[in-house]
Amino acid sequence: MGRGPPEWKETSVSDPVPWQDDPLEPKAATIPVIAPGHTFGSVTDKISSIVLTRRTPPGWWLGFLAAFLITNVLMMALAYLLFKGTGIWGINIPVGWGFAIVNFVWWIGIGHAGTLISAILLLLKQTWRTSINRFAEAMTLFAVACAGIFPLIHTGRPWLAIYWLFPYPNTMGVWPQFRSPLIWDVFAVSTYATTSLLFWFVGLIPDLATLRDRSQSKVGQMVYGMLAMGWRGSAKHWHRYETAYLLLAGLATPLVVSVHTVVSFDFAIAILPGWHTTIFPPYFVAGAIYSGFAMVLTLAIPIRAVYGLEDFITLRHLQNMAKVMLVTGLIVAYGYGVEAFTAWYSADKFEMFVPYNRMTGPYMNWYWSLIACNVVLPQALWFRKVRRTPAALFVIALVVNVGMWLERFVIVVTSLHRDFLPSAWGMYSPTFWDWATFVGTIGLFLTMLFLFLRFLPMISIAEMRMILPDAKLEEQ
Amino acid sequence: MAAHALLHGVMAEFDDPQALVDATERAFEAGYRRMDAYSPYPIEELHHALHAPATKLPLIVAIGGLLGGSGGLLLQYWVSAIAYPINVGGRPYFSWPAFIPVTFECTILGAVLSAVLGMLALNRLPMPYHPVFNVARFALASRNRFFLCIEARDPKFKLEDTRRFLETLNPREVTTVAD
Repeated sequence: MGRGPPEWKETSVSDPVPWQDDPLEPKAATIPVIAPGHTFGSVTDKISSIVLTRRTPPGWWLGFLAAFLITNVLMMALAYLLFKGTGIWGINIPVGWGFAIVNFVWWIGIGHAGTLISAILLLLKQTWRTSINRFAEAMTLFAVACAGIFPLIHTGRPWLAIYWLFPYPNTMGVWPQFRSPLIWDVFAVSTYATTSLLFWFVGLIPDLATLRDRSQSKVGQMVYGMLAMGWRGSAKHWHRYETAYLLLAGLATPLVVSVHTVVSFDFAIAILPGWHTTIFPPYFVAGAIYSGFAMVLTLAIPIRAVYGLEDFITLRHLQNMAKVMLVTGLIVAYGYGVEAFTAWYSADKFEMFVPYNRMTGPYMNWYWSLIACNVVLPQALWFRKVRRTPAALFVIALVVNVGMWLERFVIVVTSLHRDFLPSAWGMYSPTFWDWATFVGTIGLFLTMLFLFLRFLPMISIAEMRMILPDAKLEEQ
Repeated sequence: MAAHALLHGVMAEFDDPQALVDATERAFEAGYRRMDAYSPYPIEELHHALHAPATKLPLIVAIGGLLGGSGGLLLQYWVSAIAYPINVGGRPYFSWPAFIPVTFECTILGAVLSAVLGMLALNRLPMPYHPVFNVARFALASRNRFFLCIEARDPKFKLEDTRRFLETLNPREVTTVAD
């Protein structure tokens, strides 16, 4: 090189930049959201044939039966619970909120990715959402269904719970307490469940019409025909349909943010150290999206491989979801940091004790596993190679699912088990029935998912047609 | 009109969205008004080509949301201040800041329900029977074909003339639709 001014080198845009990896590797935006060569007919046939095939694949039966078996564990756990009462669980004073609340928050959080994909990404005109929104929404519904079980059975007497939760004129003249975040939660979660169901169903209507028109069996034609309600694809109908769909997306967006905010209020409104903090709403919402995207990846990676849907759910989708996970994971990590910092900065003895107890107390293994799962390992997503390897993404997604569950365990249990007075301290350990109920809901979730994959189109056919090159009209 | 009592209209089938949009525009220019276009996915340009008015759905949703929200707030007021007043730490019975989350959720619920039910009602769905389903090939309207149907109730509709007009639009096929 020698002395003198540096030599000016002419560069062009196409020259490889040294700090980028292999220039031959395609950039994220150049991987298509749908493989080339598809037409309106081929997209319709490929997606609807999964549902309309007469032969149920043996793999489906295997998966369904396994999931159904686990659902029966839930049924037994619930039957025994109703027979004996919540004493079969590990909960007691001071830890009155055990697995039931941990699992409730975990499942509700998982649901959030479905709404995020279907509503927020629609408003942001992210076309890559098209091939994953249908089953992400289904995932939301099933996750909310699993979540809904827990607070109900946690009341101990679910047959009485209805007058504690819903305002209706009952013979005792008793009304719910609207100043309580638990009632806010009832309204938030039931509105969320209703909205998710309707949003999902509205999205399904044109596809149900496709199935009605393509089904070869009498039963299929009748059932899909009734569900399609006589949809005929009229331009005037489509106009109202699109308006309704967009409005639903606009309504679901603030709703989904409000739901986990209200869930976090269940904790944050209480005066308990470790719960009473203002970071909770944003940090819960980020955590919800984080765990939800992890669950979407956990489901999407095997589904696309088994059903040969790699041309619809491309590496672009996996990579984008990995990026969302990375960002929300960092927000969650920031949340952990701020939680600890605020506790220290408060100079309040009880607040300062919470993070110290989490990191060094009897539940330190749970806490450090949570940090490893949610903060350390997902940093691998910085590497493009990892984001483009489905197997690696699958493993990371599973780990994040576990990590987010651990997070809720740490929040619920470590805050409760040692509060102000050492004489009131105690320990919590889950029992067999706690685990059986939790694992059982995973079975219920998978059972519903398998039924969905068999009987409804897992990718929105109508929306896939819209992103085809054939759908482009000439400029006027 | 009486001659066409048993007729819903005449339908032309097209291969691609552009052909349908062009055909719809031509039909409008030719003076046809009572017609509808059918496609397997939403095409915004079709709505313009039909010169159909914008939907009133947003207004319905706004009213539904306002009713839901005010209903939710009134319910909480009535429950907390009239039907079952409880003194919580000396707060007023109508402690409205605590009622905001439920009011918000009720607003969304009202708006969502009116969006879905309003859309279905304006579209006159569920409608189990519609004459267009009498055309066997119309099953492809939910797959990859595009249809334009000029209805018999159009004042300009004359079976032979309309049929001939549709045939000039370069369709795949033109069919008469029984009512």
